[in-house]
Amino acid sequence: MTATTNRQAPGPLVTPPAKPNLLYRPEFRQAVYQVLLVVCLIFAFWTIANNVADNLARQNIASGFGFWNRTSGFDISQSLIEYSNQSTYGRAFWAGLLNTLLVAALGIVFATIIGFLVGIGRLSTNWLISRICGAYVEILRNLPLLLQLFFWYFAVLKNLPGPRQSISLPGGLSLNVRGLYLPAPIAGPGFDYVLAALGLGIVLSIAVAIWARARQRATGERFPVLWTTLALVLLLPGAVYIALGQPLSFQYPVLRGFNFQGGVAVQPELIALVVGLSTYTASFIAEIVRAGIAGVPRGQREAANALGLSSGLTMRLVILPQALRIIIPPLTSQYLNLTKNSSLAVAIGYPDFVSVFTGTVLNQTGQAVEVILLTMLVFLTISLITSAFMNWFNKHIALVER
Amino acid sequence: MKRATKLLATAAAVALGTISAANAQTLDKVKKQGVLSCGVNVGLAGFSAPDDKGNWTGLDVDYCRAIAAAVLGDATKVRFVPTTAKERFTALQSGEIDVLNRNTTWTMGRDTSLGLSFAGTNYYDGQGLMVKKSLGVKSATELSGATVCVQTGTTTELNLADYFRQNKLEYKPVVFEKADETITAYQAGRCDAYTTDASGLYAQRLQMQQPDEHIVLPEIISKEPLGPSVRQGDSQWFTIVRWVHFALLNAEEAGITKANVDQMANSTNPDIRRILGKEGEFGKAIGLGNDWAYQIVKQVGNYGEIFDKNVGAGSRINIARGQNNLWSKGGLQYAPPIR
Ligand SMILES: N[C@@H](CCC(=O)N[C@@H](CS)C(=O)NCC(=O)O)C(=O)O
Repeated sequence: MTATTNRQAPGPLVTPPAKPNLLYRPEFRQAVYQVLLVVCLIFAFWTIANNVADNLARQNIASGFGFWNRTSGFDISQSLIEYSNQSTYGRAFWAGLLNTLLVAALGIVFATIIGFLVGIGRLSTNWLISRICGAYVEILRNLPLLLQLFFWYFAVLKNLPGPRQSISLPGGLSLNVRGLYLPAPIAGPGFDYVLAALGLGIVLSIAVAIWARARQRATGERFPVLWTTLALVLLLPGAVYIALGQPLSFQYPVLRGFNFQGGVAVQPELIALVVGLSTYTASFIAEIVRAGIAGVPRGQREAANALGLSSGLTMRLVILPQALRIIIPPLTSQYLNLTKNSSLAVAIGYPDFVSVFTGTVLNQTGQAVEVILLTMLVFLTISLITSAFMNWFNKHIALVER
Repeated sequence: MKRATKLLATAAAVALGTISAANAQTLDKVKKQGVLSCGVNVGLAGFSAPDDKGNWTGLDVDYCRAIAAAVLGDATKVRFVPTTAKERFTALQSGEIDVLNRNTTWTMGRDTSLGLSFAGTNYYDGQGLMVKKSLGVKSATELSGATVCVQTGTTTELNLADYFRQNKLEYKPVVFEKADETITAYQAGRCDAYTTDASGLYAQRLQMQQPDEHIVLPEIISKEPLGPSVRQGDSQWFTIVRWVHFALLNAEEAGITKANVDQMANSTNPDIRRILGKEGEFGKAIGLGNDWAYQIVKQVGNYGEIFDKNVGAGSRINIARGQNNLWSKGGLQYAPPIR
């Protein structure tokens, strides 16, 4: 601020002094002020940190990060990495963090899908569809998220049967109050070839897509990319799988003791959290999508119609790509919201980062300052990475369009 | 530069003022404000829970009142601050509350690294497990493979892991922040067992939809001495809280009750006379009025009365005195003499 006010007002003199003193040069002053500010900030933080450490020591409250490598002594109900009560607090940190990232990733995918469908549906000319989508948005957007999580968790829990009366679903799935139990796939000899075929199929279909695009640019002829892709990705590995004598077996969950054992178990806490977060966030995304589409000038649609594009193609090829440029920035903040909201997990017993680390670890170690500091760092990092990615994506789209 | 450093440091100290203020003399603060801030449970029948008229009741609540009676001469001068298991220590460390009476287990870790000190044990407890009767389980050792609901920020969470590991039993914990959610999930069948302090199990069972469908297993898997705690570094305040506890016990032992305390004040028994401040200067020695213990018993009762009324025979929870009986009656409650 000061730097700008120091800038010389344009005087009546036309010829400026040939070489002003370094001290009077605005650029130099500006740089000095910036450096001073940074130094002051660092100094302030350093003082605060020292003060906190002093205060803690004076009050006999343990401080420092020595707890990181100590045995945690507690268990976590779901972990993507190896974890037991013999692991360290540091490992509990990672287990919790991965659980949060899992929920965030699943939530973002589902919220985006539902949000786009509902947002587009709201603009549908079909009265019923647009009303249903409108009602969806109004109801979910206006109820507190915590309430919705409780609804999903307890309403669903209370209506599911106990493990001994599980509902059997087709495909060896079982559903009960402890969660959804899926058969666990066990790869037999030769299954690697099936995976290799799948990889090959994906690579080939990308190649086909690039080729088809180039050809369409050059000749205007369209190629059935979707069908080729499906064939390459599904049929190719399928054929290999059958040719090798189906080298994949399933371990089915069976009721033993109190619970189902074996197979893959999906906790009801995870299901409730993902459903709750994604349906809630989807209501905001739907509005963003609607606004984005409404922001594309009418003429675009009319021009596409005049060219004879079907309404589906108009949406996919003309409207959405332009709408995306309006949609992406607010969409990013919805993704960030979803990630941050995932910390409500503790209310419904899902072991997310906040529950495990900022909850249990904080309480067992009593080191609030360190734990909260790390928690803030983690959320800051996740948020910055997410927005960096979305900014990159936004730029990417913007470039393609211009 | 020296001055600037000082200035900045003071500014930061002000920013973190609550932390430094915590070391100030608690007694003076309480007297000046005329009210005791007491951290209690958000709702655990028998220990601290608001009744249907919104009055706080319970064993821990009466300890808050006893301290207020001793310090301020008025048992009603208490501001009750409900805390969850997770928040309680921060509330004490930051100076928001003057004393924590929230069925809190005295452990070495908490006594040494959290900057607080436990002043005594007002309830000897142990951790138990509750299951649905229909499960057909008779002992905790049959629980291999079970899912267990537990509340975060408690000793419970750690004891559970220790017990199952020691006994080579598999289990899955489902961890909630609040007792309500933990119990709701357990009742909905999410878990086979619910675990917490045995006193808590009995109290909470009364509030379940069908109390008779749940049984508490015979195993007590830990020691849970529950008691009041204060901040470290204020030995005067620590001594007061400790001796309020001892006064409650000594009063029971001497047979002084809420009903007979005025009569007892004229007793010739030197023990009783010292407790009630008729002889000696014991109240003054801890910075209080000489009638400190008289006020406690007059306004709140003795330990036995408080116990019976809140968790014992006189309450719905109806827990036997057991370990919480006086040492002279086969229990663990023992107070050094006032002399
Ligand atoms: N004594 C244990 C456990 C204390 C505890 O939090 N118990 C639970 C269950 S009895 C409770 O009081 N919950 C009430 C609430 O937080 O609403 C400790 O100090 O960690």
